[in-house]
Amino acid sequence: MIKFSEEKLKQVQNIITRYPDGKQKSALLPVLHLAQEEFGGWLSSEAMDYVASLLNIEPIEVYEVATFYSMYNLKPVGKYMFEVCQTGPCMISGSDNIVAYIYEKLGIKPGETTADGMFTLKTVECLGACGYAPMMQLGKIYKEHLTKEKVDAIIEECRRNAVVNN
Amino acid sequence: MGVKLLLEKAHVENIRLYDVYRREGGYRSVEKALKTMSPDQVTEEVKKSGLRGRGGAGFPAGMKWSFLAKPEGVPRYLVCNADESEPGTFKDRYLMEFIPHLLIEGLIVSSYAIGSNRTYIYIRGEYVWIVDILEQAIAEAKNNGWLGKNILGSGFDCEIYIHRGAGAYICGEETALLESLEGKRGNPRLKPPFPAVKGLYGCPTVVNNVETLAAVVPIVNLGGDEYAKIGIGRSTGTKLISACGNINKPGVYEIDMTISVEEFIYSDEYCGGIKNGKRLKACIPGGSSVPILPANLLLKTAKGETRYMNYESLSDGGFATGTMMGSGGFIVLDENQCVVKNTYTLTRFYRHESCGQCSPCREGTGWMEKILWNIENGKGKMSDIDLLWDIQRKIEGNTICPLGDAAAWPVAAAIRHFRDEFEWHVLNPDKCLTENYGLRHYADPIHVPVA
Repeated sequence: MIKFSEEKLKQVQNIITRYPDGKQKSALLPVLHLAQEEFGGWLSSEAMDYVASLLNIEPIEVYEVATFYSMYNLKPVGKYMFEVCQTGPCMISGSDNIVAYIYEKLGIKPGETTADGMFTLKTVECLGACGYAPMMQLGKIYKEHLTKEKVDAIIEECRRNAVVNN
Repeated sequence: MGVKLLLEKAHVENIRLYDVYRREGGYRSVEKALKTMSPDQVTEEVKKSGLRGRGGAGFPAGMKWSFLAKPEGVPRYLVCNADESEPGTFKDRYLMEFIPHLLIEGLIVSSYAIGSNRTYIYIRGEYVWIVDILEQAIAEAKNNGWLGKNILGSGFDCEIYIHRGAGAYICGEETALLESLEGKRGNPRLKPPFPAVKGLYGCPTVVNNVETLAAVVPIVNLGGDEYAKIGIGRSTGTKLISACGNINKPGVYEIDMTISVEEFIYSDEYCGGIKNGKRLKACIPGGSSVPILPANLLLKTAKGETRYMNYESLSDGGFATGTMMGSGGFIVLDENQCVVKNTYTLTRFYRHESCGQCSPCREGTGWMEKILWNIENGKGKMSDIDLLWDIQRKIEGNTICPLGDAAAWPVAAAIRHFRDEFEWHVLNPDKCLTENYGLRHYADPIHVPVA
């Protein structure tokens, strides 16, 4: 059974206090972010039911939110997710080439994960980095002004980090 | 150099830190407002300033504040819209990232004017690192007595909380934003009632953009009348423009709305001209929703007058020959860009971001995307162009929120001004896969400025 640590439960309580009494449902988006971080990078129905119980709301209220917002993953994803922006300004600046290059390097198309579970490629819509295009989001940070060389370096960096973290 | 009110200090070393920000004159507007002005006086100054909402709609901010219902015993809320998601727009990110205390300062003064004791910043979910920056700024402000109970002995209490979204363009629409803040799907609400009467948790609420709220700081410091002297006509003050696309110097620029579009694109102080010595083909000057203009209508209006970077001049000619200031997301396309492909990616964006409530938007965006994909990939028919026109016309004005309009306008403008490029794709199904239509007549009356 999945469960937050004591420390994370405290964090959940802290999030709930940001909203007026009785409005704990407002904490749903931030608590889902926390659950996704804690429970392997995606939201299983078990994780969503758990969040519902923490906020004292119906599971369906969690499902309808989790399925609406693009940052919540409803299926397992790779350890590192390359979220490459493909909207107008990034397209103008060559985002298609970046997506193609990642396919060339890792053999994954948008929506796919490498067999070793290391990388997922996802195309996303405008992330607000139009002046620094092409770009991708990698976890909590933006990787901008992408070139083939930069993509190589990012892949290497991820592989190194994965070894260190193991 | 034009007047800078927001980013003047953005490059001071360590301006992100409270001590530096304070030493540079930060938080003076809070002192002035809370010690010498009533909340209504602050609102009055914002009204006098002529400040227009910087999120895209351009509605006068002071007027929005004055619509706020104030029933006894009911809390009022200020919500800062930091859900910056309009393609081409990255100005709020810049402001929050480099000079976070300016936003916090603006929020405190605005909260005082509105009477909000609990103020929220709704920030787009992807800006994770900016959440950390803002949280640090809030903590510093609180430690120094600018937030909390009885601020500066004024009797005014205020806390600021950050609420992170999770990836949904629609949450930039203010009622969708409030739904999302209440922990729900971002489905826009029917209006009326407007948020000023029934907003967050059913209470009177003001929702303003990051840049709008930051601008309250110089307005209070200078006084509304002085602020209104900057700029021209109903385009008062300064505006942040985020410039991107095929230019030499993409980035965020603060302009005082008296410069011409030509100067903005070609001068070294701003965009620095078109990249690689190419020629300008088209521009979407206010974020992806506003009409795209070919170069010949961008730099000069249909009457042949110089076009300026302000609300009135950019919209000169209406949608027939003009465009909009919008959010200030300035997207430049050079001679090698394909308008059909650009329109396709934008339509795909709107299909992806439609909340699905209204059928014209839900079905129409997907339908337009398919047709545009066909045309772009050499599979289009001549009748598709008229069909696209028909679909966009039936989306516009027929949805609960403006996302429908935002999806319709780029398609309409692309066909209006670049119909020959669409026809060329249909007539040259093979050629259009390997080459672009190019510049043709679009830049015709324009001289190429010497770099």
